[in-house]
Amino acid sequence: MSFVEIDHVSHTYFTPEAAFEAVHNIQMTVEEGEFISLLGPSGCGKTTLLSLIAGLMTPTYGTIYVDGQHPKNLKNTIGYMLQQDYLFPWKTIEQNVLLGLKVMKQLNETSKANALSLLEQMGLKNVRNQTPRQLSGGMRQRVALVRTLAVNPKLLLLDEPFSALDYQTKLKLEDLVFQTLKSFQKTAILVTHDIGEAICMSDRIYLFSKGPGRIHKVFEVPDELRSLSPLEARNHLSFTPFFQEIWKELESLENR
Amino acid sequence: MKIDDRISSLHQNYKLKIKKEKRFITICQILLFLAFFTIWEVASRREWVDPLIFSSPSKIWHLLLNKISDASLFHHMVVTLTETAAGFIIGTLAGTILATILWWSPLLSKILDPYLVVLNALPKVALGPILIVALGPGFTSIITMGAVVSVIITTIVVYTSFREVDPNYLKVLQTFGATRKQIFQEAVFPSSLPAIISTLKVNVGLSWVGVIVGEYLVSNEGLGYLIIYGFQVFDFTLVLMSLLIIAVLAAIMYQAVAVLEKLTAKNRN
Repeated sequence: MSFVEIDHVSHTYFTPEAAFEAVHNIQMTVEEGEFISLLGPSGCGKTTLLSLIAGLMTPTYGTIYVDGQHPKNLKNTIGYMLQQDYLFPWKTIEQNVLLGLKVMKQLNETSKANALSLLEQMGLKNVRNQTPRQLSGGMRQRVALVRTLAVNPKLLLLDEPFSALDYQTKLKLEDLVFQTLKSFQKTAILVTHDIGEAICMSDRIYLFSKGPGRIHKVFEVPDELRSLSPLEARNHLSFTPFFQEIWKELESLENR
Repeated sequence: MKIDDRISSLHQNYKLKIKKEKRFITICQILLFLAFFTIWEVASRREWVDPLIFSSPSKIWHLLLNKISDASLFHHMVVTLTETAAGFIIGTLAGTILATILWWSPLLSKILDPYLVVLNALPKVALGPILIVALGPGFTSIITMGAVVSVIITTIVVYTSFREVDPNYLKVLQTFGATRKQIFQEAVFPSSLPAIISTLKVNVGLSWVGVIVGEYLVSNEGLGYLIIYGFQVFDFTLVLMSLLIIAVLAAIMYQAVAVLEKLTAKNRN
């Protein structure tokens, strides 16, 4: 059995006016340690699928298993990173980082020391007593990453976590997240609408079409790009042709 | 070097300008204060206005000194201040607790919605006679009046701010498997704290209304009682003195809450 199994999943939102199908018949498996990207235009149900995997909602049809269990029954197996950092402005950086452990009632000397050493590895130890407002966007998103990793999740769900950052910060953070996740051997699913980001970070890319959201095509990222860091991958010879291939596919989706 | 000198002299000018304006404003404020009381005094002495009704600053001042020397005024002030503070604190606490209950149960909040609207629209001082009959003429019913005037509006304002908390903060907590209680403690309440504190400012004023009206109705002590007593014996010097004391005390209480608001805002930034 794969680490993540998504079996014929469809999800429909209900309002008094209409029933709106967000994703339709999704079939997907992710092995442990893999990095997967969900790529597609806005409104194709990527975030819905991520919420379903996180167990925040139950799919209307189909089943999802993470580590052999329903996501709702899992505790601290899944970490979720949002588009913005959503650090709590009334808490210090240290309190923010320890939030997950506190909520899960796992805050003790060992787990606290782990979280703080993670903060140190990200070069953020000197700001631990500051508040989020005093930090730059890139620093804040790094803190959010530490907050997510502090509870030691096996699976990371990344919902466009770099989209609110300036380009340079985004590239640096891509590298940092990539290296960190690889070194801890985490499984990750990244939602993005940035083709380059999908290519340079992931092992496999699921291209979504909308109305309702479904998997249009699956791309395996070439081996020579997979082993490289995101910044190196962007400069590799095979990057551009692969980018073109996905670009054309996206174009054809729009013209349909 | 030359440019630096120029900048620093411009900066000096700029600071001087701000200082001058500030001084001008303060002077105007003092002049306005003096003019008001002078005109009042003169108008009363020359009988441009009826001195029996409008009294005069000098008479009020003499009465104030008298009342301070025989120590009766202090007692009335303490009574009213205690009632107002108690009504204010009870009203705010009860309103916040009610808002929490409504947040806890969205269904209950939908059911209670029309009742809240009606209660909010109702002039609460109209409940005075009923409260006095139910709770007895005295301290308890006056404090209740002070609380009742502010409790519903607090409930509505605080509940609205609970609901306006950015849902992404809640999502962060949900991904950690937080319970509803934890979500309330970690996100909903702290993020609404500024709204709660700004309702305090409104509530201070409302509690004064409730307490003074309560004292009109039943009391035999307090500043509201002094006003109604002065009215009954046609001693408007007493009425106006009480009024001025209330104005000063209410302003001090309001400022105290404003300082509290500033302190909490400081802790956040």
